[in-house]
Amino acid sequence: MARIDLVDLAHSYGGNDAPQDSFALKPVTMTWRQGGAYALLGPSGCGKTTLLNVISGIITPSRGQILFDGKDITPLSTQKRNIAQVFQFPVIYDTMTVGQNLAFPLKNRGVPKAEIDKRVAEIGRLLDLEPYLNRKATRLTADAKQKISLGRGLVRSDVAAVLFDEPLTVIDPELKWQLRSKLKALHRELDLTMIYVTHDQTEALTFADTVVVMHDGRVVQSGTPAQLFDKPAHTFVGYFIGSPGMNILPAEVRGREARIGGHVIALNRAYDNLPAGAKIEIGVRPEFVEVVAPAPGLLTAKIERLDDLGRIRFARARLGDAKLAARAPAGFTSADGMAGLKFDPSHVHVYADSLLVEGAA
Amino acid sequence: MDKTVNQKAWFLVLPVFLVVAFSAVLPLMTVVNYSMQDTFGNNQFFWNGVGWFKELLDPSTDLGGRFLASLGRNLFFSLVILAIEVPLGIVVALSMPREGWTVAACLVILALPLLIPWNVVGTIWQIFGRPDIGLLGYVLNAAGIDYNYVSNDIDAWVTVIVMDVWHWTSLVALLCYAGLKSIPEAYYQAAQIDGASRWAVFKAIQLPKMNRVLLIAVLLRFMDSFMIYTEPFVVTGGGPGNSTTFVSIELVKIALGQFDLGKAAALSLVYNLIILIVCWIFYTVMTNAGVERKVQAESEPASEPKSAAALKPVPVLKPKEGVA
Repeated sequence: MARIDLVDLAHSYGGNDAPQDSFALKPVTMTWRQGGAYALLGPSGCGKTTLLNVISGIITPSRGQILFDGKDITPLSTQKRNIAQVFQFPVIYDTMTVGQNLAFPLKNRGVPKAEIDKRVAEIGRLLDLEPYLNRKATRLTADAKQKISLGRGLVRSDVAAVLFDEPLTVIDPELKWQLRSKLKALHRELDLTMIYVTHDQTEALTFADTVVVMHDGRVVQSGTPAQLFDKPAHTFVGYFIGSPGMNILPAEVRGREARIGGHVIALNRAYDNLPAGAKIEIGVRPEFVEVVAPAPGLLTAKIERLDDLGRIRFARARLGDAKLAARAPAGFTSADGMAGLKFDPSHVHVYADSLLVEGAA
Repeated sequence: MDKTVNQKAWFLVLPVFLVVAFSAVLPLMTVVNYSMQDTFGNNQFFWNGVGWFKELLDPSTDLGGRFLASLGRNLFFSLVILAIEVPLGIVVALSMPREGWTVAACLVILALPLLIPWNVVGTIWQIFGRPDIGLLGYVLNAAGIDYNYVSNDIDAWVTVIVMDVWHWTSLVALLCYAGLKSIPEAYYQAAQIDGASRWAVFKAIQLPKMNRVLLIAVLLRFMDSFMIYTEPFVVTGGGPGNSTTFVSIELVKIALGQFDLGKAAALSLVYNLIILIVCWIFYTVMTNAGVERKVQAESEPASEPKSAAALKPVPVLKPKEGVA
């Protein structure tokens, strides 16, 4: 039970003297509050597992500090840190029964037997492992084994946080959904801080109340799923979250206007102090661009195809060199393959060198 | 479709049959033949039935006494060897480095004794242990320990055992090391998270994951030490007295020393039978372990019966007879 602070934390597998560009985890300062359900989201190789292993103590960071409730625990070993971690592949102790597996972390810490039995029974009940408690763990299915791994993570009542490193990779899709709901229920019931690493946005958005998006060793944004969707702080977040991802278009922005190839797109806010020489782009989610019949004053794009997702249709269009996706209203057809684009000004964001720029009201 | 019947195909098997007959069956039958007869040289044989076998299993006779005593010594030797080499091999494997250039160095050093021919190993220890010129024997005697493997039974046994440990512990260590290397890193990380002590890691992860290689190591070492001949023969020649005479040494003494072909043949067959039985146990245990693992692997994807049922192929309709 603790608040976790990361202070200027960074890690390089090549040592501290390696150039900062090569760091697996670039300097980050952030706070994980007690009892939060966090998802650490990013593509493979973005440093999320490194960050997780740094928090759990498997890796000692090259730089910076980790504080649990304000106490510096950076030099402490994993054993002394009060962290539980669940790995991608189920780890079970072959010779033990399910119950003994669950009891293992407590036994190692010298918890009294009565207390162990109580906790094991409770976790067994929460994870629906009760009928198996006296069975050998080797003969179980992969998802039952992963439940045991989860159970070992949850069995200690004093942990500062439980870390999950893509724990549902080996589980069938349907069971995945069940286990994720289970985790969410456990989170509410046990009031633990949980950090869940994944590269699957659905998994992240359904599990977490705060999603931390990582890209290239950097934490680019941390916020609620709605914040990530409505106001991506980085073009990568816009592109990575949402399906299809955000449209990012190079544009010239002055005041309340963005220009793309001579066409003007209205903006809700004024952008007068954009950094000189920066790469300026506008970002808008496909949900907030509509394809309509071409009309004067509208940006015209060539429709390449229409994707029917069932409840919504997206048009894939080409605008010069850039590709974009836009919502196609019911009944929309295009005779000559050309369409006008109608932007919703309140959802058009401006990015300078990939970072969100807040305009003036 | 009908099978093509071609009995000429038996000719393809013939070469193998002939080779096996000449290399294995005929020599074996010669031995069986000898074991039923007695000879006084000059290629004269007299029928003796199962007499030699009866004598062999009766400790009151000379042959039986010698055989059973050497068998006892041999079993004791194998047990001592296993009791030392297996734990020692595990300890060596555990203390070996996991990565870096030291791994290669350790592997080479460990493999060296395994690459030395048996009789050379025997010669090395024979000289090494001599009290007059051998480094070990001389130093021990200079230190006031009365050590002489030629005259003292216990010294002879210690020498033979230490020699075998020196020669073969590497094999156990290398097998265990291979077993250890195959344990995924996540197990160690999980154990770290679970707060396991070094001993708990060994008991809960390393030992169970090594059990298969350990089984192989135990059985290989048992069979090998049960058939040991060259090294003790070179070092002690079976002495002092008969104290280090193992079954194979006894066999050679009877067959070549006394030229008692009948007795030696009977002893060979019994000896062979014992090794065959051990092999059979080895094979059974190994295949059972394999089956167990397979069953376990098959039970894992059993969690998706629905999709499996949906994908079940429609049985192909057989064409009606006479239509085609």
